[in-house]
Amino acid sequence: MTTSQTTVVVTGLGATTPLGGDWPSTWSALLAGKSGVRTLDWDDLDKLPVRFAATLAVDPSEVMPKQQLRKLDRNQAIALIAAREAWADAGFAPPAPKKGRPAEPAEGDTVDGDRLGVVVSSGIGGLHTALNSHDVNRERGWQRVSPFTVPMLMPNGAAGHVGIEFGAMAGSHALVSACASSAEAVGYGIDMIRAGRADVVICGGTEACIHPLQLASFGSMRALSTRNDEPERASRPYDKNRDGFVLGEGAAVMILESEEHARARGANVYGIAAGCGYSGDAFDIVQPEPTGAGQSKAMRRAIQNAGLEPSDIVHINAHATSTPLGDVAELNSIKAALGPEASAKVNITGTKSMTGHLLGGAGALESIITLMALKERLVPPTINLEDVDDEVDLDIVRGEPRPLPPGPLAALNNSFGFGGHNVSVVLKTA
Amino acid sequence: MAVASDKEILEGLAEIIDDIVGIDQSEVTPEKNFIDDLDIDSLSMVEIAVAAQDKFGVEIPDDELRNLKTVKDVINFVQNLQQ
Repeated sequence: MTTSQTTVVVTGLGATTPLGGDWPSTWSALLAGKSGVRTLDWDDLDKLPVRFAATLAVDPSEVMPKQQLRKLDRNQAIALIAAREAWADAGFAPPAPKKGRPAEPAEGDTVDGDRLGVVVSSGIGGLHTALNSHDVNRERGWQRVSPFTVPMLMPNGAAGHVGIEFGAMAGSHALVSACASSAEAVGYGIDMIRAGRADVVICGGTEACIHPLQLASFGSMRALSTRNDEPERASRPYDKNRDGFVLGEGAAVMILESEEHARARGANVYGIAAGCGYSGDAFDIVQPEPTGAGQSKAMRRAIQNAGLEPSDIVHINAHATSTPLGDVAELNSIKAALGPEASAKVNITGTKSMTGHLLGGAGALESIITLMALKERLVPPTINLEDVDDEVDLDIVRGEPRPLPPGPLAALNNSFGFGGHNVSVVLKTA
Repeated sequence: MAVASDKEILEGLAEIIDDIVGIDQSEVTPEKNFIDDLDIDSLSMVEIAVAAQDKFGVEIPDDELRNLKTVKDVINFVQNLQQ
């Protein structure tokens, strides 16, 4: 089924990640093969099975006043930081101040609020807020619990704040599907524009739940790497000695826009958000379906949704979390989805080797990385891949960034979440 | 605690408002309305009230909080309770 519909382009990018406080610094670090994984500096670390994570390169307190931060969970603050960067990058004027302050003349394009949408996802929401408020309630009583606790802990809080700041009245959404959440956000954003609900969508994902409880609870599942003595080498997709994922935090936001709207205002276009495919494993709450049929379906549906053929796909930013089972299972799904010829030619990378796993932020960040790889014709490498697993029989980009050929290119970003949510996003060169 | 003067209450309240919503202390003058002039939302007012209760050692019931619309209202309310 080929769908004939509005072309959706990407006109602005923003991010704050373990590799950098904005998108350009994140991209440079990705090409340089840097690790954003660090040893934590908490008290009582020795009680935890894992003592490292991919923490933000720039703390939100460095770029946002404390009075604003006290009303925002960390995941919401970083979503706003990334959204502001993407908005400005797209050439839009800063939003008018609410009330009480005079409007300053602002340079940049404007969007009709009724034609502006928001889709910003988080997989977990305000975990820090929930747990800190629980402590305050027990130790100091209900009256000392912040009245902002509910809006800070709800997982749609980031979408709400972004919508308020930019005056988005076409609709504000937060899709929650664990580690596939913000890949779904990209798909939903594309659909909002195709359905004629919006001309511009602020679209992305955020996560900030590096908390002892998360290290304990993912640790008790045996899902995390325990390479405590070499944290920067812990995230190593496809390597024989991989032993689990590395928890990361960060936010990534892109501006999606109908091609018509972008052209009318002469916007810079990074590339095309060409389509999205979904499937449900209907198998197990945490284990992927072992034949990979569900993941393959998502990829095939994405390619169809974009009106492409498997042979058009030159690059895949894999979900590749560095778990012993998941990485190889995904490669088998790729082979089934693309067929033997196309899968043998595709350039695959696992950028979680550098960023760690941003959970609900991963899909948006990796969609942006995929789009930039096409635009710059340079695929960031998988780092820490020293001894390739015997079961890995596809072409993994390792060591150095890999150039892509000239001409029109298309790529996939895969994101899979607990619950059996499989999402694949198609990006294309402009 | 000792009974605070109008000036001390104003200064104490200005410190709280600066800390919670980031409004410069010089902006907090008796005639200012919290919502219309200082642009403070209702949930932040709850935070400010709890901090003021701690600072001045008085209780501000929710019913009273609704009537405290200006900085001067708070100064008068705290003064009356202290006497």
